[in-house]
Amino acid sequence: MIQLEQVTKTYPKASRPSLDDVSVGIEKGEFVFFIGPSGSGKSTIIKLLLHEIQPNKGRVHVNSRDVTAMRSWKVPAFRRQIGCVFQDFRLLPNRTAYENVAFALEVIGKTKAVARRVVPEVLELVGLGGKEHRYPHELSGGEQQRVAVARAFVNRPLILLADEPTGNLDPDTSIEIMRLLDRINRTGTTVVMVTHDSNIVNQMRRRVIEIESGRIVRDQARGVYG
Amino acid sequence: MRMKYVLSEVMVGLWRNVTMTVAMIITMAVSLTMLGASGLIFTQVNDMKAYYYDKIEVSIFLDTNVTPDQKNSLEASLKSDPLVREVIYESKQQAYDKFKTMYADTPALIDAVKPDQLPESFRVRLKDPEKYQQIYAAYNGKDGIDTILDQRRLLEKIFGILGSVQTMALVAAIIMAVAALLLVGNTIQVAAYSKRREVAVMKLVGASNWFIQAPFVLEAVVAGLLGSVIGFAALALGKWLLLDGSLRDLTNLLTPIGWGKVLIMLPLMAAVGSLVSAATAWVTLRFYLRV
Repeated sequence: MIQLEQVTKTYPKASRPSLDDVSVGIEKGEFVFFIGPSGSGKSTIIKLLLHEIQPNKGRVHVNSRDVTAMRSWKVPAFRRQIGCVFQDFRLLPNRTAYENVAFALEVIGKTKAVARRVVPEVLELVGLGGKEHRYPHELSGGEQQRVAVARAFVNRPLILLADEPTGNLDPDTSIEIMRLLDRINRTGTTVVMVTHDSNIVNQMRRRVIEIESGRIVRDQARGVYG
Repeated sequence: MRMKYVLSEVMVGLWRNVTMTVAMIITMAVSLTMLGASGLIFTQVNDMKAYYYDKIEVSIFLDTNVTPDQKNSLEASLKSDPLVREVIYESKQQAYDKFKTMYADTPALIDAVKPDQLPESFRVRLKDPEKYQQIYAAYNGKDGIDTILDQRRLLEKIFGILGSVQTMALVAAIIMAVAALLLVGNTIQVAAYSKRREVAVMKLVGASNWFIQAPFVLEAVVAGLLGSVIGFAALALGKWLLLDGSLRDLTNLLTPIGWGKVLIMLPLMAAVGSLVSAATAWVTLRFYLRV
């Protein structure tokens, strides 16, 4: 599903590479944590998978497509197969929960009728039934992140990328979000999550890939934060 | 639905920053008016050249004491000259008649002039009006000739003046256009900034590039079109008030500018206005959004 082959990424003006000769493979349906201290290069992986940045060396394959060689006009269609959640939720403040999710559908050409059918369903799935018409500022952090997850999942993507999705949430809320991601993973969606939340990693007991100074130092099938 | 979304985004975009929009439209209008005026002068000069060059004559004025022999030999050599298309002799009386009709409204001037005081002349039409110099070289200083006058030179002075007016209008149009384009670029940047969250989400969920860019580009196009309509109105007003109004006599002398010609400037101005602003918006977005 996801293949990194000897990927090296050095940001301009950086003294050392963020990712240094990293090779890793992730199968369809896996749930993978990338852990490591700040600046270890774990967020760089998400950016590479999204074709937001390009590696200096090596290849990135997502869903058996070579992302590194992808023409820029093909990127939008490619991103429709990937859902994405972030620490800061990235919701539109002037739109309700429903509108935030519907917006993601409408801008890729889905009709309002499709949105009316699909959006309540996915909001129900993430546990926001009855709160469709609240604005982000009327929702708690956990609820906002649920909206973000609903928006990421509404297209039924093959892969869900989560960049520190619990970074802004308290431990209890974090666990609820993790349950939600776990449920999504059980539908067959590959989930890749970047985090440094040791609690969560220890509870989930999923594959853990630890990165330090741009290199993989551990890759464990049912790992803990360590 | 997508079209409706794009159009409503355009309207919201134009309203959000209405002072900037107005500034953009006004500079665009002024620039396009200048462009239209320059275009009008250009077609006008071409028309006038076609009209006048066909009627242009070289006048060879004869000495007052020219002998009939000199006159005859001159006429014969002009008629056999390969450069010459037509030679017409104008006697003192004919010159006087012309003079009378020309100055019919100033009888004092006509009274002051006697037919005898006006020179006889040969009116020569050339096959190629450009070859005036050769005629001049061949006949200047010959016995019985006083002066040789080329109407083309007079006309060219007029065309020269019109040409420099046209250049001035064009330069003004370009300077205003630069200002207009900077405003378009700035407006688009402001618009893109105020919609940065939406744009980020659209990029994230895989909205196509054209869909992300279309509202911004269309915003610039709408401003360009409004600018061109206002510019055209100014141009039409200028024709109506100046050319058909206070400058009427001058216009008739220079062959009048028809409404048809003014009207043709509208699509020209609209095309230039919308295309140039669309291109500017697009280039701005490429740098600013990196979609």
